[in-house]
Amino acid sequence: MFLEINNLNKQFQTKNGTLIVLKDINMLIAQGEFICAVGASGSGKSTLLRQIAGLDRPTSGEVMIDGKPITGPGPDRGMVFQHYTLYPWMSVQENAEFGLKLQGVPKKERREQASYYLNVVGLTQFAKALPKELSGGMKQRVAIARALASEPKVLLMDEPFGALDVHTKEAMHEFMLDLWRRTNITIFMITHDVEEAVFLSNRIYALGARPGTVRKEMLINLPNRSHTVKRHSTFHDYRDELMDLLRLHGQEAVALAA
Amino acid sequence: MTESTNARSIRSLMKPKPMRPTVFWRLAEDIPKPLQTGLMITSIALPLLLWWAVTTFANIDPKFLPSPADVLHAFGRLWSTRELLKDTVASLWRVGVGFIFAAALSIPVGILMGSFPSIRALLEPIFGLMRYMPAPAFIPLLILYLGIGEEPKIMLIFIGVFFFNSLMVMDTVKFVPKDLIESTYILGGNRWETLTQVILPHVLPGIIDACRINLAAAWQLVIVSELIAATEGLGRRISVAGRFLRTDEIFVGLIVIGIIGLAFDLLFQYLLRVSCHWASQKR
Ligand SMILES: Nc1ncnc2c1ncn2[C@@H]1O[C@H](COP(=O)(O)OP(=O)(O)OP(=O)(O)O)[C@@H](O)[C@H]1O
Ligand SMILES: [Mg+2]
Repeated sequence: MFLEINNLNKQFQTKNGTLIVLKDINMLIAQGEFICAVGASGSGKSTLLRQIAGLDRPTSGEVMIDGKPITGPGPDRGMVFQHYTLYPWMSVQENAEFGLKLQGVPKKERREQASYYLNVVGLTQFAKALPKELSGGMKQRVAIARALASEPKVLLMDEPFGALDVHTKEAMHEFMLDLWRRTNITIFMITHDVEEAVFLSNRIYALGARPGTVRKEMLINLPNRSHTVKRHSTFHDYRDELMDLLRLHGQEAVALAA
Repeated sequence: MTESTNARSIRSLMKPKPMRPTVFWRLAEDIPKPLQTGLMITSIALPLLLWWAVTTFANIDPKFLPSPADVLHAFGRLWSTRELLKDTVASLWRVGVGFIFAAALSIPVGILMGSFPSIRALLEPIFGLMRYMPAPAFIPLLILYLGIGEEPKIMLIFIGVFFFNSLMVMDTVKFVPKDLIESTYILGGNRWETLTQVILPHVLPGIIDACRINLAAAWQLVIVSELIAATEGLGRRISVAGRFLRTDEIFVGLIVIGIIGLAFDLLFQYLLRVSCHWASQKR
């Protein structure tokens, strides 16, 4: 398997004692898959992604990529954060180039590569703008272009479209699917938007909360991937099943929190 | 049904609070340019006018409060004998040397303290303690150790600036968003690259601002040091003038000190504007 998560546990020491955030997480992801992990707020989704990115160590268990355990962050994994993380003093172009610059790519090549991906996310005319001059959705698209420019093997995304309006979101979905088809990239995306997950992924992990566990793994087989498929009954079945799974969990969480 | 009565009762408890349109009392909003300019001119002109009126219409001994004309006259006198220039240069030189030394050391130290918790743990307690010892209280010690030449004065400025500036720079570094540092790691940056290419540019405006504030402290300290022991300098000018009851010269000294300080401040603000365009709130 390309990306393996084996018996991963993660707990935090807080002043109210030990908080178990992730418990016995097992995931197997093949190269070229588009995976979505769906879960309610606070179910440990960001925490899980941080372990894969290598920004944090699991309490026990391991994450392997290409058969090697992950020991830290690296450019083989691109990441788009939940919050905007552009460098405010750099122009959009410089932001998109920064990863390549860090990896020693010569100026001309990195300019071309970054320009290509800025064009892909539709921001060519904003190349010279500063991040503060962009809207939230535009910032997130720069972050995606920046992650893609390094041509990572895996793209990790933490609710990247959470702040976008429906139409921009739809356009981003089309773009992600197109990108996924054209390249051999593996995408691991986190979302709480069930429809988004069903529409984009070929497989979904539904996460339960407190502690975060894999509640169910769902293979998605849609007749096609145009936005009309959202009216298809297969789409509705997947969506409803996931909604039920997460709803059950929501009540539990309230009971647990009380 | 209970819900609606509930809603009504809570509404009846709310006191109506009209918000009248205003120009002068706008909160965190721009006011019209002419009003702003007018207010800024008033800020300087009104005290000057009062000063002039008091000295003209009330019968006050010029030894107690000289008139603006007296002070202007004294300024001309001190200027023509080149004494004023010599004093100003002496004070500026001390502040320049002391401040540049202190800044050159405190900026890297502050960045290291902010970036590495280990270095912070090592230095923050002692710096925090030193910061609360008023620099002028070191003057007797400095005279004892370094004599009465230039060294104790420069050292005084160094002490007064170094600890404050280190801690203020450290704070600006602590506020670099963790996400930004982590995305740099993900993009393939190592610690050194993150420090130099992400943390440093991010804290530059904070550093310039810290230096601006601490330069004001340095400027005050040089005057204090000259009040006590010096052969020239603006502080010295004031203390000599005081001894001979030349009140007009005291005023000249104070005004020159104020104007130079303000010029420093404006210079740093300008520096901040041109070098860190991205950090300004305006789009
Ligand atoms: N460094 C930390 N120290 C202590 N607790 C933490 C830490 N990081 C996360 N947690 C806790 O772990 C739980 C899961 O957090 P996480 O950010 O992974 O949730 P999430 O699923 O991403 O939620 P959302 O959808 O709102 O982003 C939360 O209860 C949070 O308080
Ligand atoms: Mg999250």
